[in-house]
Amino acid sequence: MTITRKEIEHIANLARLELSDEETTRYEQQLTNILDFFGRLRQIDDLDTSDDPEVENYSATRVDEPVQQDVSDQILANSAEVEKGQFKIPPVF
Amino acid sequence: MRIIDHSIASLIVQLERGEISSCELTEAYLRQIDMFEPTLHAFIHVDAEGALRQAKAADNARAKGEQKPLLGVPIAIKDLITVEGMPCTAGSKILEGYIPPYSATVTRRLRDAGMVVIGKTNTDAFGMGSSTEYSDYGMTKNPWNIEHVPGGSSGGSAVAVSARFSPAALGTDTGGSVRQPASNCGVCGLKPTYGRVSRSGLIAFGSSLDVCGVFGQDMEDVWKIFETIAGHDPLDMTTSKRPVPTVDPNLTDLRGLRVGIAPEFFPDRLQPEIRSALDGLIVKMRGLGAEIVDLSLPHIDLAVPVYYILAPAEASANLARFDGIRFGPREDYEKLWDVFFNTRSRLFGDEVKRRIMIGTYALSSGYYDAYYGQANKARGLIKRDFKLAFENVDVILTLVAPTTALKIGAHHDDPLAMYLEDIMTLPPSLAGLPALSIPVGLDNAGLPIGAQLIGPQFREDVLYRAARAIQSVTDWHVAQPPMIAEKA
Repeated sequence: MTITRKEIEHIANLARLELSDEETTRYEQQLTNILDFFGRLRQIDDLDTSDDPEVENYSATRVDEPVQQDVSDQILANSAEVEKGQFKIPPVF
Repeated sequence: MRIIDHSIASLIVQLERGEISSCELTEAYLRQIDMFEPTLHAFIHVDAEGALRQAKAADNARAKGEQKPLLGVPIAIKDLITVEGMPCTAGSKILEGYIPPYSATVTRRLRDAGMVVIGKTNTDAFGMGSSTEYSDYGMTKNPWNIEHVPGGSSGGSAVAVSARFSPAALGTDTGGSVRQPASNCGVCGLKPTYGRVSRSGLIAFGSSLDVCGVFGQDMEDVWKIFETIAGHDPLDMTTSKRPVPTVDPNLTDLRGLRVGIAPEFFPDRLQPEIRSALDGLIVKMRGLGAEIVDLSLPHIDLAVPVYYILAPAEASANLARFDGIRFGPREDYEKLWDVFFNTRSRLFGDEVKRRIMIGTYALSSGYYDAYYGQANKARGLIKRDFKLAFENVDVILTLVAPTTALKIGAHHDDPLAMYLEDIMTLPPSLAGLPALSIPVGLDNAGLPIGAQLIGPQFREDVLYRAARAIQSVTDWHVAQPPMIAEKA
């Protein structure tokens, strides 16, 4: 199975990554090798394992009580740009 | 014996008797850090001032008669786990300067028990790596031989305990990131059952696999930390409400314990000294009364392809939040789109990008069933293998890795070879089982060898019993790296 350069560019775009030419070439090669290795998974029989025990899951609900208040300054302090108590972003278009 | 060589059990006794103060103890570790940290680089952030302040507070609390189980004992925390007010980078430049506004549940529980946080340890970025070579803040060196990697991703935590920077450390384990560095550095490392310890405040990598784990010199110390952090947390709905098991430190034989050995867990390409160390351990365990049972785990060879689909798929979703808006630096831009692309492209490292690419591919339209769907099915087969195995045995014994600590740069530019090294630690991660790495000797080059014990779901107590018994008749866990050991 070979991944094409075009596919790498498409995947990078989905992942919001801009790759250099060198990176695109490298990932093309490395991902092809890795996915070749994964190819063996496709040979597994269609076994139903749904009856096996899963991690305990239950519907977890709790009262929505604030336990830590007045932290908005600390949260905003981690952002590169803030204005009037809000995250600031550049124009979308 | 130096104070920094003592176990937590012994430190608690000395603190309680007033033979040493938490300040003196913390200062002793900080001196050790001053001496060896420039060579080893176990930490991304050492909080000397904060640690001494906490130590002073612990001493004052003790003077007032306050009693807490771990009062005044220092601990190091992997930089993937939040400590309120202390920088948290996850080993990545994309979180440089991030100060978390809250502490992870595990951090809070350690603090509530009186522990002193000494600093944040180095890790491959977002836990993606098995050597710390993929930390964006420089790699950690193995104190047993500084030309070798400490393992990873929790390499900084393993070295912190091995180099006596701290008596214990927290790590995280998604596919072996506690067990493998513990093995490489000659310390004990426990990955609890998935769902036993809260993930609230852990920076997410693979959410169906991530577990917070513990490093210590011996099983007794590891357990003290484990029982402090374990148990249900309303902030993590995957945590179990089952009570944390209790253990009996006086039970030091293995009578009646059935220990499973699976041929699939002993690959052909195995360093010979590891094979003989495991054989020696089996003899010891028999001598303690254990019954050795042959078993088969026919599907565990699928673990590498399964893991390297599922974990990157989960990671590609989890890491979508790092977009330059809410945390970390923001790379230059004119429009919103530039913020996303420039910040992520420039500040994610090579291995992180590679995994995001694999995961995005596996989840993308047209490939989902072939990769993610099939991987989930195969994960079910691995779980079933273990379920059947534990009908006949109490614990499974295997190795941690097919070699001891690799030389720095061994896997440069061959990611698949690096992924294949995880073959022994991935199966219990995929099955959500508790697993432990304990030191069982040194190879011909003087590098530590680890053995891995795997238990049934929520049975960390079985691992404790096995390790406690082994460590009561052996002294592998006492061995120290030559550069660290007290000079005669």
